[in-house]
Amino acid sequence: MLIQVLFHLFAAILVLAALGVITARNPVYSALALVMCFVTSAAIWLLIEAEFLAVVLVLVYVGAVMVLFLFVVMMLDINLTELRRGFTRFAWLGWLTALAVIVEIAGVVWARSGLGLDAHRGVAPVPAGYSNTLALGSVLYTRYAYPFELAAVLLLVAIVAAISLTMRRRTGYKQQDISRQVAVRREDRVRLVKMDAEKRP
Amino acid sequence: MPQLAHLWLALPDYGRSTVWILVITVVLIISVALLTLWERKVIGWMQLRRGPNRVRIFGFLPGVGQPFADVLKLLLKEVVIPANANKILFRVAPLIALIPAFAAWAVIPLSPEVVVSKADAGLLYLLSLTSMGVYGVIVAGWAANSKYAFLGAMRSAAQMVAYEIAMGFALVGVLMATGSMNLGTIVQTQAGGIGSWNWFWLAPLLVVYFISGVAETNRAPFDVAEGESEIVAGFHVEYSGIAFALFFLAEYANMILISALTSVFFFGGWQGPFQGYPVLGATFLGQPSFFWFGLKIFFFLFLFLWFRATFPRYRYDQIMRLGWKALIPVTLVWIGVEMLLAVSRIGPWARPWYH
Repeated sequence: MLIQVLFHLFAAILVLAALGVITARNPVYSALALVMCFVTSAAIWLLIEAEFLAVVLVLVYVGAVMVLFLFVVMMLDINLTELRRGFTRFAWLGWLTALAVIVEIAGVVWARSGLGLDAHRGVAPVPAGYSNTLALGSVLYTRYAYPFELAAVLLLVAIVAAISLTMRRRTGYKQQDISRQVAVRREDRVRLVKMDAEKRP
Repeated sequence: MPQLAHLWLALPDYGRSTVWILVITVVLIISVALLTLWERKVIGWMQLRRGPNRVRIFGFLPGVGQPFADVLKLLLKEVVIPANANKILFRVAPLIALIPAFAAWAVIPLSPEVVVSKADAGLLYLLSLTSMGVYGVIVAGWAANSKYAFLGAMRSAAQMVAYEIAMGFALVGVLMATGSMNLGTIVQTQAGGIGSWNWFWLAPLLVVYFISGVAETNRAPFDVAEGESEIVAGFHVEYSGIAFALFFLAEYANMILISALTSVFFFGGWQGPFQGYPVLGATFLGQPSFFWFGLKIFFFLFLFLWFRATFPRYRYDQIMRLGWKALIPVTLVWIGVEMLLAVSRIGPWARPWYH
């Protein structure tokens, strides 16, 4: 009962926040609404006892990705009228995508009930002492160890590629070379001059 | 008294955790108040001053009334909201900063018996909550619509994201040594006195973790987010009254949290240092209890204050360099070393259950 109430509460917040992402005029509001979306969906995952996924969603998306998003959105000077120029021209594409997504969701729900799966039943309750984290870990590091490590290597390649694509060496800009700063000795900067305080009479 | 104990045991689980949550919150807030006093006293002594010594409580303990008088003063002051500020976000930002600092205590084992949640993903939960603290800073800096506040927010966002990575990698080392993400288990595996704690075999990670912890809380010498000599007071420059006090509360609660986590991960949490030692181990000194945990937290808090009193502030680009080019490589190398130690079964990896 309590879980049902919580689910509907979080689901309502999630839907409202998702609407906020696409309707907010200020891009910063949009980004914050997206953060809200992630947090509430993590809460819903907690309700079906997928604690590991919930925590990782918050850790990766809220803690890292969205911080950078917000960082960029706040720095950009976004001109809304310019953005809105193509809005009506591509509206049909947007509607088409929305329609396709709705059809797909309906199809999944229909297929589940067609296969004898009750779409309203929810997930089976897990036995006491079941640990989502432990179960995932024991599968990931035994049965799927190689696919898991391959995925990790792929991500590493993606990081290296992203950095090497975006790193440009501009010529002629000034930069502090820390090792040179550290290596500086007093003799390089200061010259002691012996002189009299007053002119000799 | 037996009746009270009986009543306590008769409470359902959620009732007991609710009581613990209330107790922890209240104790934490009072500790923050006393910590601000202790900070001013310690820094005062280090600078050959006396520190606060006027406000008394009921005529006793000169100086101890100071934090409470400060809180009262801040409560009575007006919260000025700048005309062009974003009203809603400006009000919400202190709460966003405060909530993670308190919520993180849910998974910290306070004594062998007391922990609010025995979550298996406790360590990940902590990481995700500490990474959410940065939102309070960013939102505050942006909502205030002031260039100094915005500069401070941008600085601290970059800084916190950078040091979180080093922090996470240091915790990977802790995971490898203890084999669990449950904080209770992490403490239990360090049983056996001061020699069995993680600090020896994970010494480089301990240093990296504590430095990143100081940077994560935006404390000196990494306090460029405030940087009063450069950008006035950084992200909270437009805040006044109790809204400012909430940021203050969040910062000090985070300091206590980082100290507690350092002692849990590297210094055996509530384990006693002389456990299993001849003679001393049989006495009170060998028993695990909250006393040891509190003592360790107090020690690390003192380090925070000591740093603030003695170190000059880092330059911004040097902070970034330290985080990315010094701390992260150290953790990566030490994870490799741990791998070799684990294969040759040395130190914590010699324990029979490990393999």
